Amino acid sequence: MLSVEIKKALETLTLDVKFEVNAGTVTALFGKSGAGKTTTVHSIAGLIKPDDGEITLNNKVLFNHHLRTNLPVYRRKIGFVFQSARLFPHMTVKKNLLFGLPRPNKIHIKITLDMVTKLLDLSSLLDRRPQTLSGGERQRVSIGRALLSQPDLLLMDEPLSSIDLHLRAEILPFIQKIVAEVQIPVIYVTHSIEEAIYLADNMVLISEGQILQEGSVEAVMNRLDLYPVTGRYDSGTVISAQFLNYDKGFDIGELKFPGGILKVPGLNGKIGDNFRAHVKARDVSVSLKKPKDVSILNLFNGKIIDIRIDNSPQVDILIDIGIPLIARITRKSLSELQLTKGTKLFTMVKAVAIDKKSIGHIQNSIT
Amino acid sequence: MEFFSPVEYEIFLLSLRVAFWGVICSLPFAILVALLLARYSFPGKFILNTIVHMPLVVPPVVIGYLLLLIFGNNGVLGRWLFEVFQISIAFTWKGAALAASVMAFPLMVRAIRLSLDLLDIELEEAAATLGAGPFKKFISVTLPLILPGIIVGTLLGFARSLGEFGATITFVSNIPGETQTLPLAMFKYIQTPGGDFQALRLMTLSVILAVGALIISELVERKLKARNL
Repeated sequence: MLSVEIKKALETLTLDVKFEVNAGTVTALFGKSGAGKTTTVHSIAGLIKPDDGEITLNNKVLFNHHLRTNLPVYRRKIGFVFQSARLFPHMTVKKNLLFGLPRPNKIHIKITLDMVTKLLDLSSLLDRRPQTLSGGERQRVSIGRALLSQPDLLLMDEPLSSIDLHLRAEILPFIQKIVAEVQIPVIYVTHSIEEAIYLADNMVLISEGQILQEGSVEAVMNRLDLYPVTGRYDSGTVISAQFLNYDKGFDIGELKFPGGILKVPGLNGKIGDNFRAHVKARDVSVSLKKPKDVSILNLFNGKIIDIRIDNSPQVDILIDIGIPLIARITRKSLSELQLTKGTKLFTMVKAVAIDKKSIGHIQNSIT
Repeated sequence: MEFFSPVEYEIFLLSLRVAFWGVICSLPFAILVALLLARYSFPGKFILNTIVHMPLVVPPVVIGYLLLLIFGNNGVLGRWLFEVFQISIAFTWKGAALAASVMAFPLMVRAIRLSLDLLDIELEEAAATLGAGPFKKFISVTLPLILPGIIVGTLLGFARSLGEFGATITFVSNIPGETQTLPLAMFKYIQTPGGDFQALRLMTLSVILAVGALIISELVERKLKARNL
């Protein structure tokens, strides 16, 4: 288990964070750029020295200001995947991968070259030089290299940010596979909600050097008051669900969740597989009467449990449909429909709005 | 050796030996000083930097005289070296090598420091996160990546050593077969009536050596760049 409690004065803000990460879980450190995410993970790795506090990993003290403990980077056993791959240009891919591999007599080798090569699909790259690789390939090598150093903790600092948008979707499944395969705690720094939802079990929301919220991805994402941090445009509900049925004729997958059944076009899986869907608030609309003859496939009964009104023409309402679901409507609609807390209504989610990108296939079951 | 007369051959070999040992002995110190100047801040850094660059700006005869004061047979270190180890540097080829190495030192430090400044420190950070301690990090990441700078610095220093004159003649005089390197021999022949032809021959040799060193340096640099990019 990793336990972090640090303070660090930076140019524009003071970082002051405290959180814990459990073994075998992925924690997304989420926030806007400049919020202090990178400083946090650099402190954990030992690349930056905090002003105050303590960092422990599996009961080993990595840093303690009062005890004047500050373990050097190379003795922390923490794998780090940087924003840019940082591969050694004078070595082949294979030599890069093996760089951090400890001598077998020193430590039990859990993660082998064969394993990493297979997991990250690197066999055709082994003899090549980093300069000849694409951005995505480089980052895969960099992830493999970090894993082979047999780390007790893996830190990933926006590993996809230097990769073209259309290639990111290619890398995410690889990261997900290694997370499922290698049972070490992972901290994944990102400002992309999609990546967080896709990969993470827990989320630490960080803003201006402070932690605003931490908890399961579902719990954090469903908070109405966190929009300023998560970004209004992308905000919405995260629904955990199991695969129920695939309608071959229309190519639609059905996911069962406590509020009913969510239909997702183009999704196929095994029955009982765990999925996590991101339903954006702006793709949810409401109706007081049961709508007839509409194209919407996903229709749920619900009751308003919270309304968030600010100066904008839009309002967010939290509806209990078995789980809390966030809908964004105009202030005008709110007033015309006379919606208040407790109002019963029908909630509609446009199926085509739930694209495959916003669906995470969770391999280890969610608790 | 049909081309060289025995005397020329002796001058040629002595020059190579002096330059070779001069450069080899100062290389580790040049790397160390370049690392200190490029990576660390410490009290006295400005003074160290000034001392290192002294041979570039001070007249060589001053350096030669300083060496004589320090390493001469009555000098501070020179006497100690002779009493303890029976080593005498002044007026020997070793002294010539010392003079050459002092004069070449700033050129080597500058070339190595430049490549250290250009080296991405992020790669060293990555090496550290992979468990590489300071020694492994330096040997397997820093050193290979600054190798072009080290080679260029070494060849520049070598060429500078071959041409060293002022400090050498002041410190170890102009002794045929012992301290008479190419430039010193040329100087002697120019001063000798009727020595013009001999001086010209030595001049040609000198130019060929220097240009050769530059060409090798260029080729090595290109090859290393092609490998790393």
